[in-house]
This record gives sequence, C-alpha cells and structure tokens, in this order.
Amino acid sequence: MALQVLLNFFLALVWMFMTESFTPAGFAIGYLVGLLLIVVMRRFFTYRLYTSRIWAVISLFFLFLKELILSSFSVFKLVIQPRLNIRPAIFELETELKHDWEITLLSALITLTPGTLVVAISDDQKKLYIHAIDFEDIEDAVQSIKTTFERAIMEVSRP
Amino acid sequence: MTTIINFFIIVLICTGVIFSAVTALGLVRLPDVYTRTHAASKSATLGVLCVLAGVFLHFWLKENHFNPQLIIAIAFLFITSPVSGHLIGRASYVAGIKLAKETVRDDLKGVIGPEANKKK
Repeated sequence: MALQVLLNFFLALVWMFMTESFTPAGFAIGYLVGLLLIVVMRRFFTYRLYTSRIWAVISLFFLFLKELILSSFSVFKLVIQPRLNIRPAIFELETELKHDWEITLLSALITLTPGTLVVAISDDQKKLYIHAIDFEDIEDAVQSIKTTFERAIMEVSRP
Repeated sequence: MTTIINFFIIVLICTGVIFSAVTALGLVRLPDVYTRTHAASKSATLGVLCVLAGVFLHFWLKENHFNPQLIIAIAFLFITSPVSGHLIGRASYVAGIKLAKETVRDDLKGVIGPEANKKK
C-alpha cells in the first residue's frame, strides 16, 4: 500500500519534470496519470490497489459518524423518558481481529455505538468485555457488532 | 443564501447545546458510574462536535475566515472521547465499584478487579 502511494508520488514528480510545470496543477495531473499507470500495471503488485483501501477507510468513517449520531439519540431517548427502565449488563465478545490498532479501532467504534461501552480487553486480546446500557438480546448485539464493525475493519486491513 | 447558512449554523449549535444538556441530565439521573459514562462519552462528544462545526461554518461562510484548528479539534475529540470513556469504566471496575442493582449479567466478574486479585 505505502509502496504504491510512494510510486504514484514519484510518477507525479517525473511528470512534473517532463512537462516543466512545477505547479500544484501540474502535480495533480501527474498524479492522475500515475494512478492510471498503476491501475494498468496492477497485476504486477502482490497487494490490491491502494485506492480500494482508501475507499474502505472512507466508508468506515461514515459508518462511525452514523453510529455516533444514532447512539446519541438513543441515549437522549433513554435519559428523557420519565421512568428509567434500563437493564445494564456486561457481556463478552470474542473478536477475530489480530493487530493492536484493529482492536483499538474496534473498541473505539463499539464505545460510540448505541448503548455499548468497552470496559476491558482480556490479556490475550481475544475477548472484549462490553457494558451494555439496555441489555435485551446478547446474540443480537454481538451479531450486529460483528457484521458491521468487524467486517468494515477487516475490509480496511485486508492486504 | 444567508438565510440558509444562518439556518444551518443555528441548527448545528442548537443540537450541540441540546445534547450537552442531555449529557448533564444523564449524569444526574443514571444509577451508576458505568451508565453515566455512556451518557458522558457519547452525547457529550456529539454535542461538542456540533457546536464546533457550527462555529467553524459561521467563521468560514460569514466572516470569510477558514479556521483549520476547529477541524483538528473535532478530529482530536473523535479520537480521545471513546478512549476516556473506556478508561473511566475500566478504572472503576478495577477499583471495585459496584454495578447498579438493575444489572442482569456480569461476564467480567473474576477476570479483573478485586475478586480476581483475591483468587490469586
């Protein structure tokens, strides 16, 4: 991924030297031409094209934003209703993610989802202990976390 | 055009203020540390974010002053608020603070905290 970005920068520099246009516009044109070349030559790279990973990061960011807004509204509803009928619980979630940054990202996302808060991570980094503010169905919560966040993070980290 | 801009700015700042108020209300009403952290780490984030975004739009579109510090502040809040929520929850569990009596299930019991220390 980093190699492809560096190569694209290098191609843009070469383009600037060839056309003698040392301006941001010249750089942008060169970058687009270099991107086209990398797309054409993509079968020589062992990893996938870096643009698809950038796309995955952007979609993860929008997922994050959506969940933040939804969770704020759910807390809003919970707090302003006249009778508090909450049933808090701590449940555990097994995660398949391996790297430190992935687990950090997953716990940040879980903390910003409706009614869940990561309280602890087990020492072997396989389980997350999550405090839920209104606990109804554990399977449901686990499944929704797994299908949305874990998959989005895996999409980013896939080589 | 000015009306639309004004409308957006007012809506953003009002949402932010409302969410901050809800956070304060949640801190008063919810029963224990963990549920209060829920209110503090989510609604407060969105509240401050909305206020900052409103201020950013105001200075950018009306005063013609593009202020990148506000965007950086929004990004920093995004990164730091879930971490602080997690740390408050974890520290209070390790210190042995009781969960609310409504709590139905506790998988963490005996993994960390005073009971796990007793076992060792």
